[in-house]
Amino acid sequence: MHIPDGFLTAPVSIAAWAASAGSVGYAVRRVNHELGERQVPLMGVTAAFIFAAQMMNFAVIGGTSGHLLGGALASILLGPWAAMLVLSSVITIQALLFQDGGLLAMGANIFNMAVIGVLVGWVTYTSLQRLLRGRFAPVAHTAGAFLAGWLSIVVSAMLAAGELVLSGTLPAAVALPAMGGWHVLIGVGEGLITVGVLAFLRLVRPDLLTVHNSAGGAES
Amino acid sequence: MSWLKKNWWIAGLLVALVVALLSPLASQHPDGLERVAEDQGFSQKAEESPLRVLPDYKSPGIADQRLATIVSGLLGVTIIFVLVYTLGRWTRRRQRAIGPTAATAPQAEHEQRLASPPPEPESEKR
Repeated sequence: MHIPDGFLTAPVSIAAWAASAGSVGYAVRRVNHELGERQVPLMGVTAAFIFAAQMMNFAVIGGTSGHLLGGALASILLGPWAAMLVLSSVITIQALLFQDGGLLAMGANIFNMAVIGVLVGWVTYTSLQRLLRGRFAPVAHTAGAFLAGWLSIVVSAMLAAGELVLSGTLPAAVALPAMGGWHVLIGVGEGLITVGVLAFLRLVRPDLLTVHNSAGGAES
Repeated sequence: MSWLKKNWWIAGLLVALVVALLSPLASQHPDGLERVAEDQGFSQKAEESPLRVLPDYKSPGIADQRLATIVSGLLGVTIIFVLVYTLGRWTRRRQRAIGPTAATAPQAEHEQRLASPPPEPESEKR
């Protein structure tokens, strides 16, 4: 859901730029305190994987496609602040080098996907780890990752719809159900890929799943 | 295998490059937002970017569309990795440069956390 230039009015674009610049600035400061030795290469690898995965559109029904955004995945792997920097970098490169997503609209794209998408994924995942204890603990990782991926897509899409409404591009009665409807489906793909990647990592390198919990941690 | 286990980030980067190699297999259907723009008839409002570097993930000068996509995908993966790795190193260097004031308090907290047994995933962390 990379918004191109032309869909949003200047005031909406500028407000979104201000919101995302403030958020990313805050994320840089938080990351300064938390970044461990192994988190730096993990940030690079996560960003590279998310960029490649975003090129892999998968078909949903009715001649529409979606692709992984990766905000939930990055936040589970890296914590929310490093994940925001990773997603912002991906969106910036996509707009500057690949003309995917507008330049004026880049603030909105960063805000929707890199700031709010990451936060929603992070809060959903960590909340479910706390909620699903005891009897449900075995499914907490899977349920948490799926719901984090799904919800991050749906909320990002609703934000994008809201920006289209504020810009007068579409009336709310059209934008919200149309964007919501497609992204409820695309979110299922996001959830499944998020679960799959984390399950694969848990199998081959479970230590990488806790890198952000042990920032400054020992080199293996 | 053990070499890859030690250099896990190279393995991760290889996975990303393989995904980029497979990118011509991606669905060509419009994505969610493009679909809404087509259905509601405002897709013509999209303005072309003033920049034309690798538009639409196609490297210019390569006739074969699939190859053009693969080349720009591989380029993108490499550029993103180098950029984010450098960004991470830069923030870490800044973290050390801040010195004993701001950065050490949370650092000490992390070291303390490390000294204790690794927390259970389901335990309360925040």
